[in-house]
Amino acid sequence: MLTKKVKSRISFLVISIVLLITSVFFILNSLKENVLYFLTPTEAKFKEDLEIGKNIRIGGMVKKGSIYADSKEIKFTITDFKNEILVSFSGTVPNLFAEEKGVVAEGKLKDKNFFVADRILAKHDENYMPPGEKNFLDNNAK
Amino acid sequence: MIKFLLPSNIYFFLGKIIKFINSIFFLILIIGLAFALVLSPPDYIQGDSVRIMYVHVPSAWIGLASFSLISLFSILNFVFKTKNLYLINKSIAPIGLLFTSLAVVTGSLWGQPTWGTWWAWDARLTSMIILIFFYVLFILSYKLIKKEDLAVKVSSFLAIIGSINLIIIKYSVEWWSTLHQPASLKLGNSSSIHSSMMLPLMIMLLVLLLYGALIFLMKYKTEIIKMKKKNVKRL
Repeated sequence: MLTKKVKSRISFLVISIVLLITSVFFILNSLKENVLYFLTPTEAKFKEDLEIGKNIRIGGMVKKGSIYADSKEIKFTITDFKNEILVSFSGTVPNLFAEEKGVVAEGKLKDKNFFVADRILAKHDENYMPPGEKNFLDNNAK
Repeated sequence: MIKFLLPSNIYFFLGKIIKFINSIFFLILIIGLAFALVLSPPDYIQGDSVRIMYVHVPSAWIGLASFSLISLFSILNFVFKTKNLYLINKSIAPIGLLFTSLAVVTGSLWGQPTWGTWWAWDARLTSMIILIFFYVLFILSYKLIKKEDLAVKVSSFLAIIGSINLIIIKYSVEWWSTLHQPASLKLGNSSSIHSSMMLPLMIMLLVLLLYGALIFLMKYKTEIIKMKKKNVKRL
């Protein structure tokens, strides 16, 4: 049914798409480190060429009960439930910043466990629900 | 089937469909806006800025779906050389560009109160910007290249390369750590959007789809008229 011309075009297309996908795959693979928007505390711990004093981003959850704020700065712990990093920040935090919520901190590592942030971003999760529903779920969990 | 796809056959149906969409569009728009802006509850943590989602998410879907269609039709056009598909692609592209830009702008407006920043160069946001570039290049390719054969080739080439970016957009939030949250709606999974917010989302999706369809049909009609006019001149 298909003419010879059509068949040759299909095979040309299939071969070029396969080549294209493989090359993009290799490009992305080599870019992998740069595509990451932030490092988790575990990634930061095991990354060997991590320079102290260079601007990076650390992301994870704000550990429960770890937020401590006074008039000068706010301190909290970012955790990925395996490793954690203590963050110190002076400035205003976004509205969604809270315990047990996602957070991304921009700034510099002082040492492997202490991070001084210039900016705090809140990371929103994929859940959307009305306020009443949240109380209902919390009560069920208790 | 290919005979049915001839522009002259389709032309007669276009007017009727356009009239039909016009008659129901404003009614559905009002219902959709009422649900999205007034009747649906605020979010437990974002408050009222969740309402931006009702435009943002459908726009992003339509932006991605439009480019998927363009890529699919470009492949079919390359294999079977059906001129009609090229006309369809030309009519879809501006809508896709509009909705992709809308998704980026509304996302930025949402990001300021929730994340604390207008923009972040994470994988999802960057790949959406690249999609906008592909749309612009696609549109420029047939606007600037006067020879039609060449224009078809260049635009199909762009569309097929761009389709790989679509896969990257889709999985960017799963492959890499991004500031953008992962998808709330997944096929075969229970959704993480509460049903009272799902309803306005779906109505707004319908509204934007109808709007996109309306603009598409009008553009497509113009393209067919243009082509006929050209052929008359040739005679």
